Amino acid sequence: MITAPSPVLTKKNYLNEAHSLKSWLLTKDHKRIGILYLISVTFFFMLGGLYAAMIRLELMTPAGDLLESNTYNKVFTMHGVLMVFLFLIPSIPAVLGNFLLPLMIGAKDVAFPRLNLLSYYVYLAGGLFIFTSLILGGVDTGWTFYTPFSTSYSNGYVLTTGLGIFIAGFSSILTGLNFIVTIHRMRAPGLTWFRLPLFVWAHYATSMIQILGTPVVAVTLFLVVLERGLHIGFFDPAYGGDPVLFQHMFWFYSHPAVYIMILPSMGVVSEIISTFSSKKPFGYTFIAFSSLAIAVFGFLVWGHHLYVASQSVYAGMVFSILTYIVAIPSAIKIFNWLATMYKGSVRITTPMLYAFGFMGLFTIGGLTGLFLASIGLDVHLTDTYFVVAHFHYVMVGGAIMGFLGGIHFWWPKITGRMYPEGWSKLSAIMVFCGFNLTFFPQFLVGYMGMPRRYHVYPPEFQVFNVLSTAGAGLLGVGYFVPFIYLLWSLKYGKLAGDNPWGATGLEWKTSSPPIHQNFEVTPVVTQEAYTYTTEEVAHIG
Amino acid sequence: MASQSTALQHHFENAEQQKDASTIGMWVFLVTEIMFFGGLFLAYMVYRQAYPAAFASASNKTDLWLGAANTTVLICSSLTMALAVHYASIGKKNLIVLFLVLTLLLGGTFLGVKSVEYHDKWVHHEIPGANFECEGCADAQHASLFFACYFGMTGLHATHMIIGIFIILYLIVKARKGDYGPEWHTPVEMFGLYWHFVDIVWIFLFPLLYLIDRSGGLKG
Ligand SMILES: [Cu+2]
Repeated sequence: MITAPSPVLTKKNYLNEAHSLKSWLLTKDHKRIGILYLISVTFFFMLGGLYAAMIRLELMTPAGDLLESNTYNKVFTMHGVLMVFLFLIPSIPAVLGNFLLPLMIGAKDVAFPRLNLLSYYVYLAGGLFIFTSLILGGVDTGWTFYTPFSTSYSNGYVLTTGLGIFIAGFSSILTGLNFIVTIHRMRAPGLTWFRLPLFVWAHYATSMIQILGTPVVAVTLFLVVLERGLHIGFFDPAYGGDPVLFQHMFWFYSHPAVYIMILPSMGVVSEIISTFSSKKPFGYTFIAFSSLAIAVFGFLVWGHHLYVASQSVYAGMVFSILTYIVAIPSAIKIFNWLATMYKGSVRITTPMLYAFGFMGLFTIGGLTGLFLASIGLDVHLTDTYFVVAHFHYVMVGGAIMGFLGGIHFWWPKITGRMYPEGWSKLSAIMVFCGFNLTFFPQFLVGYMGMPRRYHVYPPEFQVFNVLSTAGAGLLGVGYFVPFIYLLWSLKYGKLAGDNPWGATGLEWKTSSPPIHQNFEVTPVVTQEAYTYTTEEVAHIG
Repeated sequence: MASQSTALQHHFENAEQQKDASTIGMWVFLVTEIMFFGGLFLAYMVYRQAYPAAFASASNKTDLWLGAANTTVLICSSLTMALAVHYASIGKKNLIVLFLVLTLLLGGTFLGVKSVEYHDKWVHHEIPGANFECEGCADAQHASLFFACYFGMTGLHATHMIIGIFIILYLIVKARKGDYGPEWHTPVEMFGLYWHFVDIVWIFLFPLLYLIDRSGGLKG
């Protein structure tokens, strides 16, 4: 092993440059805004996790003995709303994207720093609305807000929750807008489009979905608010409206929203796998363009949520075929990552474990998605636990594995310190095992016919539910351990140095943690991304 | 001018990059606006297609002349806005202020006329809800959908006008201080794009809500 000069903490960096609370709350530094988001999404993740724990505890026994049915409805709704809109959607783009995009493209900041801070507060305002409705008594509509139940019959706080999501949506839109302009106009000299890291491509595609999809769900919720609050009816048949129109508009956003969660995660995995194989990703252009293809085709498949909702069979067939097609670019990525590792010098680090976890879980989630995309089978599986298991494999197995992998991978850059190796590997394995134990039984019990959203079920399903609850316990521990040791590492972690992994990205060329302006001198890029030189390979040791 | 030279923010390399960023940002924002209005246009199209008779008879309840007058007012305001941008780019301070004020007045006129129309609907119980009535309408239940679209679309449009008017006020204050000149007038230009967009939305709303099939022509 080549002994590098022992790392020192840069004296002035974005963390210690100013200490007052004001310097954090009014910061325009993309790195600090990323940290603010990290704190907030962690809070909402824990809150959503609490609700998940209540669901799993209730479902340990077939009888409804812990929660009343009304309370149970509210519990799974709040779990969904918090996790989808306040955690999964902003998780990677707003935290890692904010922190890393300008660094990766050699810019001093995003294009609109003030707008960036504004979108953080818009997010918080949305979160506050949702949190308030939770304190007041919650909502019982499910995270999908289907009409006319949500507009005419529900007794929950639909208005405040709906407004909260509406507001949080604008945060997502503004972040997407900011990233698109940043990628177009803030790249360092010499950094052409095909020299961009794949993380940046993934975020470009994500931003496209954010700016094109989110306004549609915003206007849909606006109409729900008009109908519920002012009785200006659009969807309730009592007003002459069509409830299925709501479903079309809702899923036009909410299917692509899954790609807002998963594409950034794929960007993270591309970086991790390339770095720890010390190889240029196999088929760079294919991975880059498959992100765009997913973004485009993702907008054309929403009808697979309406197979049993009066949609015509012919429309269903078209949506079914398009849904199969969208699996192709996802598969391209998986195969390219595998080919990247092939004959690479693979290092098994914690981020790599998460990347493996991502590939395994996302593959299962994606393939079971094809089951659901076929019209005939979907009739049997609609509204069963099979669906619940499927989208958790994609959204949790995919998005959160990428999020945790990314947090570990860039933790040395963000904080300047290393996390403890043993603990982090242990918890990565716990997350993977706990996740599978939680959700795999749900495929089986769902296929056998257990419907979602009920708190009472036939006793023969109990064994699967007990397994699932046990897995959830393990998963919870697996999530909690990193929370502890990452906080611990802020003070006691080993100093990381500028480039502990021997990675090639521009973000590793500046100090850890970076200085306020990111780079002492604006970098000039002269070669493609992922060009591993002997110097970087030497880190492998 | 002092304020012009400090207009370059620290994270940009030069003024051109900054201007480019603003322009792309504004166009992307307008794309999100199209998607936002798009949801309502979709609802309108679906229901118009499903209940043509109800929509045709309900559209008779809109005031053609007030609508037409408002269309004219809004097109004129686009002209004055374009002139404001033009004079900003050649730095004629007084003319920028003049045309911004004219745009403001025309925008205000539009909103005034619109509120007269809303009041009219209110008096005639043509606002969807419990007290909704549609005298002489073929199919009152689905006519209510027409008015839901009417209020949803024009309401959202009017909200954009109101936001626009606040921004014009801000621009007027800045323009009076002489902030805008040949070197830097990005805010005026970007706001011009926004104002024209809002104008174009109305250009679509007017035929959809006031003109199409007004005589109830397409029978059967
Ligand atoms: Cu879907």
